[in-house]
Amino acid sequence: MCGATTGGLSLAGIDVAKEAIIQGQVTRSGEPVGGAYVRLLDKSGEFTAEVPTSATGHFRFFAGDGQWTLRTLAPRAEVTDRQVVAQTGQIAEIEIALV
Amino acid sequence: MTRENSLVSAQWVEENLGADKLVLIEVDEDTAAYDKGHIAGAIKLDWTTDLQDQVRRDFLNKAQFEALLSAKGVANDDTVVLYGGNNNWFAAYAFWYFKLYGHTDVKLLDGGRKKWELDSRELTADEVTRPGTTYVAQEQDHSIRAFRDDVVAAIGAQNLVDVRSPDEYAGRLLAPAHLPQEQSQRAGHVPTSVNVPWSKNANDDGTFKSDAELEALYNEVGFDENKDTIALCRIGERSSLTWFVLQELLGKKNVKNYDGSWTEYGSLVGVPIALGDEPGEA
Repeated sequence: MCGATTGGLSLAGIDVAKEAIIQGQVTRSGEPVGGAYVRLLDKSGEFTAEVPTSATGHFRFFAGDGQWTLRTLAPRAEVTDRQVVAQTGQIAEIEIALV
Repeated sequence: MTRENSLVSAQWVEENLGADKLVLIEVDEDTAAYDKGHIAGAIKLDWTTDLQDQVRRDFLNKAQFEALLSAKGVANDDTVVLYGGNNNWFAAYAFWYFKLYGHTDVKLLDGGRKKWELDSRELTADEVTRPGTTYVAQEQDHSIRAFRDDVVAAIGAQNLVDVRSPDEYAGRLLAPAHLPQEQSQRAGHVPTSVNVPWSKNANDDGTFKSDAELEALYNEVGFDENKDTIALCRIGERSSLTWFVLQELLGKKNVKNYDGSWTEYGSLVGVPIALGDEPGEA
């Protein structure tokens, strides 16, 4: 778990044991995409949150237990959906490659 | 109020950059976003330091707001166009705030910073300063601001629109999911409030849906035109966006934003709370 944030966003000050974390990186052709928009949709497809990616393409959500969808929007890229399962005390790591 | 009076497109803003008496203001949840790049000529308001009293939980008072806008170089007769990140949440909050203090001509950039970025329009990191002004604010317009007692009194009596995500409304999450979930307040919603997540007002690119789509959205949940309305969320910024839709775009009467929202209500001793996906009984 400690290795999960290598190069990613700091978890300093956050009690990871109490959070169901979904995080990852958005890339295009292997390069990080900063300023993309990643939105978290709940199991019914409803919007729950959205973050812009960091300069290194990283993003993070604090979700709840269960099934979620990550929808990524970026300039000149197709909208990309990825399914993810989150669980309290764990970090779900997702790599999103844009086309 | 109508869409034409309250909303401008990214195209319009681009065509009017640098126009006399037009002030662009960026307000972001991520208060560092502006410094990395902003629309040319736009100034920044920081919602945590510029727009909040730094001791009590409340807004600036009238004199403080006048001092802020005077220092930022905003005049009473300027057209203020607000935009920001996170689908204009905090720009809508600032819009409501400018209305609270009686600014005459204020508009929102449709889609905010996201739409501007997705269109690949230009951002600059240039420093922007404007000559000072002598701004005069009006007394706060409490016809658009709800307080906690108004919310308790509205249970079972008025339209209560909770605009948080379904999981926050039901009590399964305590905050929007880009923030840590460990919070001190109780989970759930105000009994009889209906859940219309703010995001249903917007397209994926952050622009507002059409008036017809928005009308249908509120009709679907039984919005009663004959009753007063209070919108709430967690800290009052997402509900500002819904307040904007109801009052400014759809022209509903007597719509208030509850800026205390769930961080206040969920901390009150003894008030009723409903859990789960249903509004619950009064």
